[in-house]
Amino acid sequence: MPQPLNYLKETASQTAGPYVHIGLIPAMAGFDIFEKNFSNVLTTPNTEGERITLEGKVLDGAGTPLRDVLLEIWQANASGRYNHPADRSAGALEQEFRGWGRAGSDFESALVTFETIKPGAILDKAGRTCAPHINVWIVARGINIGLNTRLYFSDEEAANAADPVLNLIEQPARRSTLIAKRSERAGKVVYSFTIHLQGPEETVFFDV
Amino acid sequence: MNAQAPALRDPRLNSLEPLTPPLGDGGFFQRDRSIHPPAHAPGYKSSVLRSPRQSLLSLENSVSEITGPVFGHNDLGPLDNDLIRNYARDGDPVGERIIVHGRVLDETGRGVPNTLVEFWQANAGGRYRHKKDTYLAPVDPNFGGCGRALTDDTGYYYFRTVKPGPYPWRNYVNSWRPAHIHFSVFGSGFAQRLITQMYFEGDPLIPVCPILTTIPDKDALDRLVAPLDLNASTPFDSLAYRFDIVLRGQRSTYFENRTAGN
Repeated sequence: MPQPLNYLKETASQTAGPYVHIGLIPAMAGFDIFEKNFSNVLTTPNTEGERITLEGKVLDGAGTPLRDVLLEIWQANASGRYNHPADRSAGALEQEFRGWGRAGSDFESALVTFETIKPGAILDKAGRTCAPHINVWIVARGINIGLNTRLYFSDEEAANAADPVLNLIEQPARRSTLIAKRSERAGKVVYSFTIHLQGPEETVFFDV
Repeated sequence: MNAQAPALRDPRLNSLEPLTPPLGDGGFFQRDRSIHPPAHAPGYKSSVLRSPRQSLLSLENSVSEITGPVFGHNDLGPLDNDLIRNYARDGDPVGERIIVHGRVLDETGRGVPNTLVEFWQANAGGRYRHKKDTYLAPVDPNFGGCGRALTDDTGYYYFRTVKPGPYPWRNYVNSWRPAHIHFSVFGSGFAQRLITQMYFEGDPLIPVCPILTTIPDKDALDRLVAPLDLNASTPFDSLAYRFDIVLRGQRSTYFENRTAGN
């Protein structure tokens, strides 16, 4: 027998269940308990960058929108800098902009929304430019392990065409599952997305 | 049942602690999906239409995955880890008083410091304080059922609560969840993000739970079962259960050997 390596095993995932709001967004469960709550608004009045609304739905394999899903997003600031010590890139850090938010889908409309800014481009380890994107993590009843995907921006066509992650997707048609569509509504910039958990338009999910 | 077998062994006592050389790319160890429930697990019926069928696209970790949100004590309130008091109106909640404690570790056995741990649960009668829960057991006016804690610099966390009750749910006509507490953990990078559930040693509903048995690996299932920790209990006050959580390990980065700014 060789020497043992003695790594521990990761704890197994379990579904977040239908009542995930209690722990993560108690106001949606119907009560107020914490002094400070996390939310779907990532910006403060001082945040640099273009204000955007992300708005979308998550659909199951029958095309029915999930009304009990929870999404978290993680993104760089407008300079392409993540608010984390492992990001040593040159972009300016904004301490007030955490770059993270969470939202539950509305119990009626099934819409998930975030108020944030459009992130800047980042460089990968090989020094290649990555198109601006937002990292998305999805949990819900019936989802046994959180799903990782990304949102890119429809008005970044050239950057998207050169993006090393989008280009890893073998079928060009599937790349479009990650592109949020830009529109303007009452003077606000809205990026719309639909995440298909299953079916012919299944969104690309990543093993990160 | 071999509850939490690896968790009870303090990894620092190993003669050969896993190490990673300081030449890495900062990426997380590849996730071993054989110990996680598959997305499509027909015995848990809700998973059937909510499971991707295409292969996941494997992504070498970039800065987008090795970074993640940073939380601090400013995000928390003083009662956030005390579920016996954080929603109390006219007294303590009904139920068995318990302490839940443990460490958040990574796969190398190192504690994960200053990371956010969130938890939520049903009350002692198995009823959730949630506007969509219609189970006939009563809501407890003194119990909210959620809390959160930040691990200390060794990865340790603890909170106080009452033991949740089992409850019926719609899967088969007579499906009951074992008593459990939901956990959400962050780690240092977004690729470590994890939601899981903690169960209680000796619960007879564990082997028949359609959600727990989605886990294909018996040892991985056992590691979700917290043992009674009598040594950590408070005499004439609270029993204690120990629940350690292991997140993915991470390779070191070049950056750690560079002078800041270089």
